[in-house]
Amino acid sequence: MTMSLSSDASDILLSARGLTRHFGGLAAVQQIDLDLSRDRIHAVIGPNGAGKSTLTHLLSGDLPPSGGRIILGGQDVTGWPAERISRQGLGRSYQKTNIFAPLSVWDNVRLAAQSRSPQAWRWLSRADGCTAVNERAERALELAGLQSRRRTMAGAASHGEQRQLEIAMTLATEPQVLLLDEPLAGMGVAEAERIVELLLRLKPGRAMMLVEHDMDAVFALADQLTVMVNGQRIASGSPAVVRTDPLVQAAYLGADE
Amino acid sequence: MSAPRAHLETLPRGLQVALALGLLALLGFPLAGSDFYVQMVARMMILAIFAMSLDLLQGVTGLVSLGHAAYFGLAGYALAFVTPGGEPVSLWWTLPAAVGASALAALVIGFLVVRTHGIYFIMVTMAFAQMLFYLFFDNKVLGGSDGLYINFRPDAAVAGWLPFDLENKLVFYYFTLFFLVAVYTFLRRLLWSPFGRALVGIRINEHRMRAMGFGTFGYKLGAFTLAGALAGLAGYLWGVQSGYVNPELMGFHMSAHALMMVIPGGMGNFAGAIVGAFTFELLLDLFKDLPAVGGFDLGKHWQLSMGLFIVAVIVFAPRGLLGLAQRSAPASAETPPGEPP
Repeated sequence: MTMSLSSDASDILLSARGLTRHFGGLAAVQQIDLDLSRDRIHAVIGPNGAGKSTLTHLLSGDLPPSGGRIILGGQDVTGWPAERISRQGLGRSYQKTNIFAPLSVWDNVRLAAQSRSPQAWRWLSRADGCTAVNERAERALELAGLQSRRRTMAGAASHGEQRQLEIAMTLATEPQVLLLDEPLAGMGVAEAERIVELLLRLKPGRAMMLVEHDMDAVFALADQLTVMVNGQRIASGSPAVVRTDPLVQAAYLGADE
Repeated sequence: MSAPRAHLETLPRGLQVALALGLLALLGFPLAGSDFYVQMVARMMILAIFAMSLDLLQGVTGLVSLGHAAYFGLAGYALAFVTPGGEPVSLWWTLPAAVGASALAALVIGFLVVRTHGIYFIMVTMAFAQMLFYLFFDNKVLGGSDGLYINFRPDAAVAGWLPFDLENKLVFYYFTLFFLVAVYTFLRRLLWSPFGRALVGIRINEHRMRAMGFGTFGYKLGAFTLAGALAGLAGYLWGVQSGYVNPELMGFHMSAHALMMVIPGGMGNFAGAIVGAFTFELLLDLFKDLPAVGGFDLGKHWQLSMGLFIVAVIVFAPRGLLGLAQRSAPASAETPPGEPP
């Protein structure tokens, strides 16, 4: 594992240019440029309705963009379906918990890990007998700190645990690029601290985008900050610089929260 | 409120014992039952295979088809087409060919329909089945509304040696029982395989499956094709037993028949489909024999009794008859690593 001192072009794992999405007459995301670099966390903040979640959906392929380009790992993935983008090395978590509620925590993570398995199409071997998949799932479960809850039915787990599970499932596909849509939403202080620690541990080797409302977490984690308002980027740069930007203060930091 | 529960997948010990006893009963039944009842139970077993094939689609993958009979009927017709009027054909190539024909039809139709979701999927599967129904119904070349006769049961001879004779009703009974057990065992294994787990994942949350990198189209098409092939196996056996096929076999009523066997039994574990098929057929036999009450012929209008039964099951046992078995087992939120049946 190498720690890079600067983020030169070769470390940019995901790059979006002019990304735009219209819903009818509404431009939810307009002309967004964004780079995600290895070993760095790029936080995207903005008031509700700023288009942060839509941006995440565009990058992950959950929604096709109306305009612009997305380069992932050197490959133009604009317009690719979500499953292809996932296989290209991008993983995402959801703002609204999006899990397999009736399955156990372990089965949720194991299923995620299975998506990369060459055995995924086997009909007669036992799914839980594949060592490589089990190991990948175990690593993800451990990283997210859910080992003790493996047998709990996901739908019956606490809210915080379900948020951890979101991340564990994303990690189980071993993505190089990680998009986290409000991983701290609805969490208590202690739980939130645990997740902040986890995200710091995940940083090496990965490029991460963090959409988050918790400003303490954002300033603790982010190497770079983009501020969105009404679908547009109004500022981007290091947290220290963006924090003092008068536009940002007027539009967001001062007004909201 | 309690969190959503999965379908019953791991069968409780008591249920496994009950299934084993059921198998013993089926093995011994011809010793006790008359010719008529042996044939009736053989027909139930055929419908149980058909119901299990639908359960793979509906209970496991979450694709509710109202046109599943198309693949059942096609295989029966395939056998009718290749059986000449004056002599039997070999079992050994007609069975794979008939199953293959159903699988191919399911692959082609599936390629078009598994892109749709929910109510649209129900409508298109039904539309394709109705197209096939009328194709056979309106074409004299294909037998027309009268259907086709299969004068001879397929011949199991291998190079002059006859291991078993399907013209014998008892032999056919055990031949069908073999397939019932084989299909059940195969599908139970499939349920716990990587492919089966992916199908379950698609039923619960297809969106997340795609976000995790599963090409769900391919998985659903695989399930649709396999379900079509297994329905074809049942349809072939039906053709062999009855010696006759007609368009009704691929009609809407037959598709609904399969649904009404799968839903009351309990979905997503294949055992429920078997229980449902036997229950449905037994009740059908019972209801048709009901006497007239005050000028109203209950037997003739058996659909009324059957409808009440289905409603009762759905109200009192929303997870099917097999779901009742789980209710008596200790409630547990855990999904133990699945036991094979």
